Amino acid sequence: MKLLVCISKTPDTTSRIAFTNDNTTFDSNGVQYILNPYDSWYALVRALELKEQLGGSVTIVNVGPSSNDAIIRKGLAIGADNAVRIDADPKSALYVAHQIAEFAKAENFDIVFLGKETIDYNGSEVGAMLAEYLDTPYISYATQMDVEGTTATISREIEGGTEVIEVALPLTVSCAKGMAEQRIPNMRGIMMAKRKPLKVVPPAESADLSTVSTYELPAEKSSVKMLDPENMDELVRLLHEEAKVL
Amino acid sequence: MVLIFAESTNGKFKKAAFEAVSYGYRVAQAMGSECAALVLGDAAEASQLGNYGASKVYRIGDASLRHFDSQVYTAAIAGAVEKLGASVVILSHSSTGKSLLGRLAVKLNAGSVAGASALPTIGDEFKVRKNVFSGKAVAEYVISSPIKLISLMGNAVAPEATGGTAEVAALEVALPASRITVKEVKTIEGTVPLPEAELVVSAGRGLKGPENWQIIEDLADTIGATTACSRPVADSDWRPHHEHVGQTGVAIRPNLYIAIGISGAIQHLAGVNRSKVIVVINKDPEAPFFKAADYGICADLFDVVPRLTDAIKKFKAANN
Ligand SMILES: Cc1cc2nc3c(=O)[nH]c(=O)nc-3n(C[C@H](O)[C@H](O)[C@H](O)COP(=O)(O)OP(=O)(O)OC[C@H]3O[C@@H](n4cnc5c(N)ncnc54)[C@H](O)[C@@H]3O)c2cc1C
Ligand SMILES: Nc1ncnc2c1ncn2[C@@H]1O[C@H](COP(=O)(O)O)[C@@H](O)[C@H]1O
Repeated sequence: MKLLVCISKTPDTTSRIAFTNDNTTFDSNGVQYILNPYDSWYALVRALELKEQLGGSVTIVNVGPSSNDAIIRKGLAIGADNAVRIDADPKSALYVAHQIAEFAKAENFDIVFLGKETIDYNGSEVGAMLAEYLDTPYISYATQMDVEGTTATISREIEGGTEVIEVALPLTVSCAKGMAEQRIPNMRGIMMAKRKPLKVVPPAESADLSTVSTYELPAEKSSVKMLDPENMDELVRLLHEEAKVL
Repeated sequence: MVLIFAESTNGKFKKAAFEAVSYGYRVAQAMGSECAALVLGDAAEASQLGNYGASKVYRIGDASLRHFDSQVYTAAIAGAVEKLGASVVILSHSSTGKSLLGRLAVKLNAGSVAGASALPTIGDEFKVRKNVFSGKAVAEYVISSPIKLISLMGNAVAPEATGGTAEVAALEVALPASRITVKEVKTIEGTVPLPEAELVVSAGRGLKGPENWQIIEDLADTIGATTACSRPVADSDWRPHHEHVGQTGVAIRPNLYIAIGISGAIQHLAGVNRSKVIVVINKDPEAPFFKAADYGICADLFDVVPRLTDAIKKFKAANN
């Protein structure tokens, strides 16, 4: 089983969000970066479990600059066999998907795993794009997945329920909570990760069709109105007359 | 032309479909162009979309569209876009829309914005805004391709009836064979699913145990709200996992979010801070959630929640 996991680097949720250059650039000063949780907790761990069960290899791929190498090594420490970094700025979802597709096309992976979304741009776009480039079925928001022979059985979240799907490999899948339990790398994993192969490849030619021009911080929330706990009629009145939600 | 893919399940439209058509109607007005809707599979009520601004509804009725397969749906929508010469395509930012937007972007060589939060600004450039960093900032995107793709965040615009009508026309598009089999669709009966709920009552570890949820359900039933919970509550199996909201659970943006016995950790806020109005009930005056709230009540929830339920019942009785 040849498995690929797409991993991205995102600012930790607790990071202060700020912008520079006239609000056109994210200010990475003092920002703590992590592996995107959906990629490392669910996508990577389920891929590792399937490899343990069925044999094969797990490759991780990231589109990003050399400063991402430390984060990529974390993925290797969790258990991936080898890593590929496509040496380019991840300018947009389409750009990232195109770069990964150019690398993955020749490799014939059986399953390509992604997280359900990145917690910075919250787009949930790369997976569908990659599936289209690779011409595979795409199952998003998978919460459970089993593979037998060349068939995968997957549960996916839909609005107000779940759907159970059977699909032949190769396929592209995006992973949500439920797919696997988070694995914390141990000392041995961290030591071994230093010697695992991390290949750097140059990017392919690619156009950008949708780019961020400016950022803005949302208006500060006006301060909270504290109400008398004895007077719930007042809260109901405010929700009806002022907030107009009841 | 602006083309809206109006999502339906078993022939019925969800609120998100009406929102998308309303949004598309306003985009078409701004461009001085026409607004049409596309319906895939069964849709007995297709002409309803006229009332939200669609001047025409196209329907591709193939039986294979009864189940969702992103490859077949992408072929159907892309085929319609090409046949009709649409320049702006609008989807809902739902599990279906999110599985299609990226595929369509590649297939139509179109720039996309996933989860738009407002109408585009159309001038020399075509600009669309969306929330980023879990709602901690807004980014404005410029789409530079001839075809523009947008998925619309739920609850970002209110559906508005125009009183219009639309004729429904069949459309023929060649579709590939599906490579997936949908074995089973399980829906949670009864309440409005969380991502679509306008009113949400949510509770956390402050409830002390699953046996205490009756007061939460009573409040939710009284206002017709959907229930949600914090992560530790779902992790301890006090409540079902589909109720877990936050960064690692469901992200929601209802009109009203009532948070009861939830401290307001940043990972929780990441999934709920785009709610229109937030009410927080917590006995700790230092609870971080108060900083994100519109209305706060600092008291013991076991006293306050039943009293709030009673006050709402009284209000409902007086207004009926
Ligand atoms: C990577 C990561 C991702 C996470 N993702 C999520 C997520 O998606 N969603 C999520 O919710 N959490 C998430 N968490 C966990 C989050 O950090 C918090 O631990 C969690 O939200 C706390 O849940 P809580 O507010 O129910 O419990 P607590 O923090 O224990 O808060 C309970 C609150 O109840 C109040 N209270 C107690 N008794 C009463 C009473 N009688 N009357 C009134 N108030 C009372 C207390 O004052 C307190 O504020 C995540 C954490 C990490 C590290
Ligand atoms: N720069 C990147 N390199 C590799 N994979 C990525 C990158 N950005 C996003 N991904 C993958 O695509 C998924 C969805 O990302 P997004 O479309 O940005 O929400 C993530 O969970 C990752 O699995």
